[in-house]
Amino acid sequence: MENLFTNLAGSLRAALESTGLPAILTDTSMTMVKLTAILVFILLNALWLVYMERKVAGYIQFRPGPNRVGPKGLLQTTADIGKLMSKEVVIPKQADKVLFLLAPALVFAPPLMVFAVVPFGENMAAIDMNIGLFYFLAVASLSTVIFWMAGWSSNNKYSLLGGMRVVAQMVSYELPLVLSILGVVMITGTLNISEIVRSQQGIWFIFAQPLAFLIFFIAGVAECNRAPFDLAEGESELVAGPFTEYSGMGFAMFFLAEYASALVISFMCAILFLGGWLAPFGMTFIPGWIWMFLKVYLVMFLIMWIRWTYPRIRVDQLMGFGWKVLVPLSLANIFVTGLVMKIFKMLGW
Amino acid sequence: MPEGGAILIFLVVGVVFGIGGIITSFLIHPRRKNAVKGEPYECGPPTQGPTWVRFKVQYFVYALLFVIFDVETIYLYPWAVKFNSLGMFAFVEMLIFISILVIGLWYAWKEGALEWK
Repeated sequence: MENLFTNLAGSLRAALESTGLPAILTDTSMTMVKLTAILVFILLNALWLVYMERKVAGYIQFRPGPNRVGPKGLLQTTADIGKLMSKEVVIPKQADKVLFLLAPALVFAPPLMVFAVVPFGENMAAIDMNIGLFYFLAVASLSTVIFWMAGWSSNNKYSLLGGMRVVAQMVSYELPLVLSILGVVMITGTLNISEIVRSQQGIWFIFAQPLAFLIFFIAGVAECNRAPFDLAEGESELVAGPFTEYSGMGFAMFFLAEYASALVISFMCAILFLGGWLAPFGMTFIPGWIWMFLKVYLVMFLIMWIRWTYPRIRVDQLMGFGWKVLVPLSLANIFVTGLVMKIFKMLGW
Repeated sequence: MPEGGAILIFLVVGVVFGIGGIITSFLIHPRRKNAVKGEPYECGPPTQGPTWVRFKVQYFVYALLFVIFDVETIYLYPWAVKFNSLGMFAFVEMLIFISILVIGLWYAWKEGALEWK
């Protein structure tokens, strides 16, 4: 069970090589197979997560949530996708039409590209890159530009305000996100994501770097624009922020991208701080990729729980918290981590 | 296959997926002309004045701060990777670097660049 997917990939590669294809074609088709698997994984998870979110919200608010379409409402999101597909994509008359249509077309690319380096289990990353962590930071921040494209091109005051807020927020919380990971990198001495998981054999980094985990989690929730940091969308003040003018498939793409980036943040929390595919308490009879999945869903549930429990914060609170609390704290975390590591080294541990 | 090629495949498929989704929806969605459908949605009332105006300057202050700090955090990464093997010299050097960062943050704070006005 543990090596189910790696064995599958291995036998597929062997089968491809036995047909005598050139090496480049074999590699390309292997990448395509992995990519398809990842794409299906993201789409199924997004479908399920929307349903789960609505159920969680329902039970938190003491109501059953969706329960009409399919058994226990399980087909609700499938029906929603069908509806969104068949709705007209309205392009506002005054909008910048090229950018307006380009934004939803591009918005799914950054989260998908991040998944290229995410290990779903031991040796289960599509690309085992030696600067994987750096690549994650670089690619994940590209979404900001696309949200801004959507906000500006709509030529709508709500969209513009939402777009401005998205950029300000994502830019401010990018810093604590980047700085908080540094503690982990200092301990492991590598930017390879799989190596970081392997170096958590002794102790998960949530225990070695609790402050970094908190900062990373908060900044991550803010990066994917989820409550209590959903000022950009702020339904009660900005209608839907940058997505106000989008309908049908355009809106669906933004929705998909939002859940994909929430999934990315959950994966990164699980990988960097919760030990990735490593089994807790030596429970290795459950395969690593199932552990990974459980941890990701634990973080995901935490994000949903926070969303439906806390009210939205104000813009000045958001900016103040990011710059005056999280950034100094993450700098302090780097300093303390370095100091403690040096002391440990002097003591000869 | 170089890593760059695999990443390129991911990028291309991500973009094609998005464009494909939009095009598919253009093929099947209904089209009903309506005089007010293309108006900007502002909860009912007709829109007042242009949208693309000069905007609140505070947002750009944050953007400037971000550019300054983000470039500096990039330099921290190579240092963090080599932290264990570099010894005391690197540690002291980093102390100086981080204190410059902190002084910068403190100055921005003192000047009120971090206040939302």
